[in-house]
Amino acid sequence: MWAYLTRRFLYMVLLILVTSMVSFVIIQLPAGDYITTLAVRYAATGQVVEQEVLDALRIQFGLDQPVYIQYFKWFTNVLQGDLGWSFQQVRPVSELVAERIGVTALISVCSLTFAYVVGILIGVVSAVFQYSVLDYVFTIVGFLGLASPNFLLALILMVIIFNAGGAVGGLYSTEYLNAPWSWAKFLDLLKHIPLPMIIVGTAGTAGVARVMRATLLDELQKQYVVTARSKGVAEIRLLFKYPIRVALNPITSTIGWELPAIVSGTVITDMVLQLPTVGPMLFSALVAEDMFIASSLLLFLTSLTVIGTFVSDMLLFSLDPRIRVN
Amino acid sequence: MSAFEPTVIDTVSAASREQESYYLASQWQLIRQRFRRHRLAMVGMAILAILYTFAILAEFIAPYNMGTRFPEAIYHPPTRIQFAHEGRLQRPFVYGSVKERDSYTLELKFTPDPDARYPIHLFGKGEPYRLWNLIPLERHLLAVEEPGHLFLIGSDDIGRDLMSQVIFGSRISLTIGLVGVTVSFLIGVVLGGISGYFGGIVDVIIQRVIEFLISIPTIPLWFALSAALPPDWGVIKTYFAIVCLLSLVGWGGLARVVRGKLLELRELDYVTAARIMGVSVPTNIRVHMLPNFMSYLIVALTLAVPGMILGETALSFLGLGIRAPAVSWGVLLERSGNLNAIQLYPWMVSPVLFVVVTVLAFNFLGDGLRDAADPYK
Repeated sequence: MWAYLTRRFLYMVLLILVTSMVSFVIIQLPAGDYITTLAVRYAATGQVVEQEVLDALRIQFGLDQPVYIQYFKWFTNVLQGDLGWSFQQVRPVSELVAERIGVTALISVCSLTFAYVVGILIGVVSAVFQYSVLDYVFTIVGFLGLASPNFLLALILMVIIFNAGGAVGGLYSTEYLNAPWSWAKFLDLLKHIPLPMIIVGTAGTAGVARVMRATLLDELQKQYVVTARSKGVAEIRLLFKYPIRVALNPITSTIGWELPAIVSGTVITDMVLQLPTVGPMLFSALVAEDMFIASSLLLFLTSLTVIGTFVSDMLLFSLDPRIRVN
Repeated sequence: MSAFEPTVIDTVSAASREQESYYLASQWQLIRQRFRRHRLAMVGMAILAILYTFAILAEFIAPYNMGTRFPEAIYHPPTRIQFAHEGRLQRPFVYGSVKERDSYTLELKFTPDPDARYPIHLFGKGEPYRLWNLIPLERHLLAVEEPGHLFLIGSDDIGRDLMSQVIFGSRISLTIGLVGVTVSFLIGVVLGGISGYFGGIVDVIIQRVIEFLISIPTIPLWFALSAALPPDWGVIKTYFAIVCLLSLVGWGGLARVVRGKLLELRELDYVTAARIMGVSVPTNIRVHMLPNFMSYLIVALTLAVPGMILGETALSFLGLGIRAPAVSWGVLLERSGNLNAIQLYPWMVSPVLFVVVTVLAFNFLGDGLRDAADPYK
């Protein structure tokens, strides 16, 4: 068992290493670098920056060196906790990321929980009452959730909530924006969380509910359920004792795949909702070729998903005795 | 009781004939039969057929040409097609509109003018155009008499008909999924095939690459890749770049399906027999194994299309995908992408309906195909 765990763990570390390398290279793909962006920006205001100055800046930032050396330098620094420097904001990346990482993780975890709790509930209800009105309603709503682009769902919900007099956009009300942490600010945050949580969660909910419904339906037809029923086991007890537990397995094994989807989802919806998360930050960094911040964020997002897959493997390992035996 | 009862014999033979046709039917005939019985899938297929016909005949179907502007009708709300005037039924027509500026909000308001009526003609003469840039024509599916406007879902910020743009935009939005899926199909089948047939170290490497691709969150990856596209590329170049980018990220899942099936089939006797008889590996895969799991592939492909359509929409919405002046559904949605626009001009969001309907139709079609392709149902 420990051999298996260690192997999975080492594999996870390797995966993170490779993704960090690949994302660093991808970010370097666009022609030019941040200095080019800077020069263009100055040119737009009519100032001309001399080529020597630009070259000097390139040397100062180490941008004149080949990609693999830049990567090596950056990654050794990352291992020591230094994520590099943001050209755009003229601040260390770690400071910028630290401001947003907590909120990002909070929203992702909330959405994931929302997606699973609601999805499993809906799946169970529509499997137990197959072909009932509820089943049809859930199926239709689920399909619509799957089929509509997330960002538009966000916009439309925003309009609805705005018209109903609710708080929209951002995570804090203006009076708490720069205030230090307090109980009131926390309550304010709680008021703003449900909207992104629901929007990001819905897409996942539909998927989870669909899988849950299908597997539970398969399970409910099996012999042991019929036997238990004929022996007079109460329906509720029967349901929770085995079929639901068995049906949860395929869902647990896909948490790891659901996580990248959730993280992807938050990136776009957060831009629409103007939330202070890493999504909008990544976007602006990529566009301006602010590369250290972009690579750090990509590294963070991929690590989140890789670790998520690892955790779901572990969960499955502890849930399903068949895997433990083999 | 008479010894000879023709009716009885007839029914028996009819039943057995039906059975016979069932037993003699090929795999594909059975799939087709089962598919026809799946009502939702048939509906999905019909919708897709209509949408794709619209895309092919866009110049004819759209009431106006792609770039036609009506400076006098900026942000014009949808015009309703009327069938009756003062209680009397008559040929379909639209009302003209009176422009008014709200003295308080300074907003332009259009109100229908019951005195100005412009009849709509089916196959009527409208703006001249060239179908597929070749055939000069001037008849449109629906044309309204001048100077009336036929804005079925309103007009946009510079006075272009939104419906026409949606129809022209469907050329990009609807094909991007198909082309993208074809590209990922090719990569997926080749690499999945190699991986599944040869096994061993090749298999391990390809599997790790797939796992790596799946573990990266899609949208940030798309962000990064499409930010790398030079903004001065032309429409067609950008289009193919976006397609490649979408399929580069999407082929992994397909390769997994192929590999799993091949691993299963490789062990079967007839495949071994073919190998012993000296059939080369590619021929063996192509002739003997591929037909066996083609149905699974088709299902996987159909279900992969909606993801790509949504992907294009998301990228273009953020300004990273298809860019104006090219028109796609994502580009159209980008313009409605803020609270103000939705509040003031709600019809600007309507392209999303086309996205939702298309994605749903593909999902239904895919579900139907999956049920039809499963021989144990």
